[in-house]
Amino acid sequence: MSALRIAVPRGALFGPTLDLLDAIGIDTTEVRRNDRRLLFEDSGIVTMRPSDVPTYVEAGAADIGITGKDVLMEQSERELYELLDLGFGRCRMVLASVAGPDRAAEALRRLGVVRIATKYPKVASAHLLATGRQAEIVEVKGSVELAPLTGLVDAIVDLTATGTTLRENGLEVREEIAVCTARLIVNPVALRLRAPEIDALMERLGAV
Amino acid sequence: MSAAQTPLDRTPSGTRDVLPDEMRELRAISERIRRVFEDAGYGEVYTPALEHEHTFRRLGAAGAQPSYRVFDEHGSVLVLRPDVTVPIARLAATRYAHSEPPLRFCYLEHVYRGVRPQRGESREFLQAGVELLGVGGPVGTAEVLGVLCSALDAAGLRDYRIGLGDATLHPTLLDAFGVSRQRRDSILTELAAGDFVGADRQIHQLGLAPDDADLLMRVARTRGGPEILEGQPPALHEALAGLRETHAMLEPAAAARLIFDFGLVRQLGYYTGAVFEVYDPGHGMPLGGGGRYDELLGSFGRPLPAVGFALDVERVHIALAGEERGRPRVGGGG
Repeated sequence: MSALRIAVPRGALFGPTLDLLDAIGIDTTEVRRNDRRLLFEDSGIVTMRPSDVPTYVEAGAADIGITGKDVLMEQSERELYELLDLGFGRCRMVLASVAGPDRAAEALRRLGVVRIATKYPKVASAHLLATGRQAEIVEVKGSVELAPLTGLVDAIVDLTATGTTLRENGLEVREEIAVCTARLIVNPVALRLRAPEIDALMERLGAV
Repeated sequence: MSAAQTPLDRTPSGTRDVLPDEMRELRAISERIRRVFEDAGYGEVYTPALEHEHTFRRLGAAGAQPSYRVFDEHGSVLVLRPDVTVPIARLAATRYAHSEPPLRFCYLEHVYRGVRPQRGESREFLQAGVELLGVGGPVGTAEVLGVLCSALDAAGLRDYRIGLGDATLHPTLLDAFGVSRQRRDSILTELAAGDFVGADRQIHQLGLAPDDADLLMRVARTRGGPEILEGQPPALHEALAGLRETHAMLEPAAAARLIFDFGLVRQLGYYTGAVFEVYDPGHGMPLGGGGRYDELLGSFGRPLPAVGFALDVERVHIALAGEERGRPRVGGGG
């Protein structure tokens, strides 16, 4: 049978993911050498945006994939198996607002609603709902930090690794929603039909 | 204004027209499957697309939930059937209330479900299934698995496999370790959602000995041939004996299709024993599945052990096309 097809995320998780694949004996030289190619037949690697990884894995276009828990939380309705916490790519999903007196709290107290900008609308609304607050979610695609600085919103929900970008833009973390790390996900059909290969891979990953 | 298409001319999202080429192929597959069911002694029935809402309410949250409700001219709430197993339980309890079991029924009916956006999911899709009422344990399960394999063979699939597990495995094991009901259900929810990382975390927070916690997760990840039925914890012996007997009763060709899978947890809550799913490398999702539901008929006043399955005919068709292309979607590294 052919090699497992592995969906690998570009972006912050790209380097550590390739290092991990090297460590378990999957050759990534070609992937590192070629910045524009997307599909590598020999190693079975396909590269894509982290948020596309669940799409490919759920449909079976990739057997397994690696992506952040933040992506999986936002796409929680996907039918796939989350088998392993890989530990790297550690980030925090936080609620932050402009440093100083908390505008979000003031908006809630006086206006009854807090406006939140985020790339994670489902995670943000679930968190605000669970903590009993009325929220208006504003979905943005680019730099979320800009939204509270311009008065578009009262606060943001976003992922932060070190907090540097938040601090440099004068934002302060108010609440931590979740800690997110890279996860290994598997297609439900591949989990059964490719069980020996997937179990062997899990074993090697466990040994790293 | 010209005769340009307005949005009203399109079918609703999640629905589509079927044109002659596809229709011929779907009919041919359906007919081959139906013939297998009839030859195995399963009489075809048709239940109404509209049912009373309370028919599906009897199961509480355990059954498939209706997504479409309408009022009739008297103000009664009717629903479009989200599955056929519940209507057949109703049919058996009313129209066959005094018949001597076993009862064997088959159906080819459309069911109606809500869809999640952008997944190519259908609001209306054709299920082909059987229900065997009044035959318990391994005997009934093995009979139905045999029919399932014959139906998939007749449809023309070559590379399909059947995953076989048991809905009681994890509840029994967690009970044996004295896990509270609330914690147990929470862990089972994680397993049903496929979140093994979350299940692992919860299990390691139970305060069990590390070896015991590892054992629970190892069981959830165990799948393979009949050899995995041996050497498991004593709490599982009863369920595993059932699977072993089922395996022994199957024709060799059907037995060779089985993948035992202790982590297999079906979404519907009414399963009471063996559960199974159909996988094919030509499709990224299961083609169908089923299992034992020994308590469902009791909720309609006719307690009988029962087992059945449903195949999604459109997915069988897609998997066939995938096998014919010779480049399966799952595992298609080259």
